[in-house]
Amino acid sequence: MTTVETATGAAKTMVLNMGPQHPSTHGVLRILLELDGETVVKAVPDLGYLHTGIEKSCEDKTYSQAITLTDRMDYLNPLGNNLVYCLAVEKLLGLEVPKRAQYIRVMMVELQRISSHLVWLGTHAIDLGAMSVFLYCFREREEILKIFEMFSGQRMMTSYIRIGGIALDPPAGWRQAVQKFLSMMPSRVDEYEKLLTQNPIWIGRTKGVGYISPEDAIALSMTGPTLRAASVAYDNRKVFPYSSYEEFKFDIPTRTESDCYARYLVRVAEMRESLKIVRQAMEKIADEGPVKAEAPGIIPPQREKMKTEMEALIYHFKIFTEGFSPQPGEAFVAVESPRGELGCFVASDGSPKPLRVHFRSPSFINLQALPKLVEGQLIADVVACIGTIDIVLGEVDR
Amino acid sequence: MTESSSQNANVVVETLRSWSPQAVLEVIEFRGERTVVVPRNLLRAAAERCRADAKLQFNLLSGASCVDRYPVEPRFELNYFLVSIPRSDRVRLQVRLAGQDPTVDSLVPVWPGANWLEREIFDLFGIRFNGHPDLRRILLPEDWEGFPLRKDFPVEGFREVPSSGDLFKKSSML
Repeated sequence: MTTVETATGAAKTMVLNMGPQHPSTHGVLRILLELDGETVVKAVPDLGYLHTGIEKSCEDKTYSQAITLTDRMDYLNPLGNNLVYCLAVEKLLGLEVPKRAQYIRVMMVELQRISSHLVWLGTHAIDLGAMSVFLYCFREREEILKIFEMFSGQRMMTSYIRIGGIALDPPAGWRQAVQKFLSMMPSRVDEYEKLLTQNPIWIGRTKGVGYISPEDAIALSMTGPTLRAASVAYDNRKVFPYSSYEEFKFDIPTRTESDCYARYLVRVAEMRESLKIVRQAMEKIADEGPVKAEAPGIIPPQREKMKTEMEALIYHFKIFTEGFSPQPGEAFVAVESPRGELGCFVASDGSPKPLRVHFRSPSFINLQALPKLVEGQLIADVVACIGTIDIVLGEVDR
Repeated sequence: MTESSSQNANVVVETLRSWSPQAVLEVIEFRGERTVVVPRNLLRAAAERCRADAKLQFNLLSGASCVDRYPVEPRFELNYFLVSIPRSDRVRLQVRLAGQDPTVDSLVPVWPGANWLEREIFDLFGIRFNGHPDLRRILLPEDWEGFPLRKDFPVEGFREVPSSGDLFKKSSML
């Protein structure tokens, strides 16, 4: 803690170091706050504490191996990370994914969106002093994680979405499990709303806090619920549909207030929309059908074929020793992650390893607007503003 | 390298060409994506045109990325991903930079959101952005040597890895 004299020498401000080990920074984020009394004059975020060089590591892996690295970026949205990377590689290869696999992907990423918003709501509420919401949110998130475990054998780092489709056929009894969740969840969302939406303390802590104008939000490249709470209905699922999203009926919730309260309302409304999408996806997913594209040399062959067909065995050996080589070129795909536009740029030089993998991570870019949100506000509102951007530091630093 | 066509009927290419004949060096079309290669000295002006032109309205700078094609020269390919929310369109602006002089005009005056995007590229590739208000490392420590995403920077790092025998000796000394 140091005291700084301003240029005029009249008023004195103090620099307070917030983080990197601070419970409300949702990871290891450090912010240097210049304070005048309790008012924030200047905020300078300092990142990189969680930098793991995932983009560099991807360049040293084959295209299939790199999938497991993507899980670990945004650890609240691993399926979305898998999806954007696989879509980019599929685009590079010109690969068509079977419809059944596309619908399963949509269902999984929408469940993931709900679980991510639940973690956001729980931790955001706990930052602002509402302890019980956290427990309720994690109770429902547990149910989603159980569904993921059922599908992939993993709760978080699923690596379930693979190049050309998905890893496994849905397990027996998956319909009942998802149906059970769908029938339970709407009343649970009502429950959170009952706790918070009309709560005077919640309103006092969030309404009018962290305002950003739509023009500033676009100029600072913000996307996702933060942008939609500023009345800009920009959602990749509608504007640039991928993975058959154009066949689903859902709304894009927007608000005009552009404060922390509006962002809360947008995210809660998004959970309800995601439930609609999951319900439609369940109807669309056929009981039988392929879940992987037909592409020998890229998609590993079925186990049974390997035991009877010489060619299948050769392909299997080639895929896992050498990998496959897309033709030289570059592909960029953007999906709507729970936090905003998640993009993946893959460049190939014709070798089995990517020349470059770049992730346009929404947390990193949305965090850029934090000084704009907090400057001029009270120090207690900094916590509300960090929470409302919904950052995942694993994705910020990659 | 990629399928490219110079005579492409596209609103972005046409608008940039009618503004300045030198503005478009090459148009790359690959898998339905359009990349417009612009010369280095015209990047900021071309970007400003993309943002402000009533026919283009690329109001959102979605991202920026760099590719190092070492040892091929010009080795750096700098890509800016532009989105037009009113027109629902995407385009990529590309600039190629030589390894000797990897400098380019910053796009922060055009889109303030370019700030951290360019800091990240400076941090990992060592490309300098003229006119950037705050060109510091962002992900790596300030005293880091080298630019890790360059192709001549090894994945495992420069330091020698001690053999397992050395490690054993050190642990027995403790």
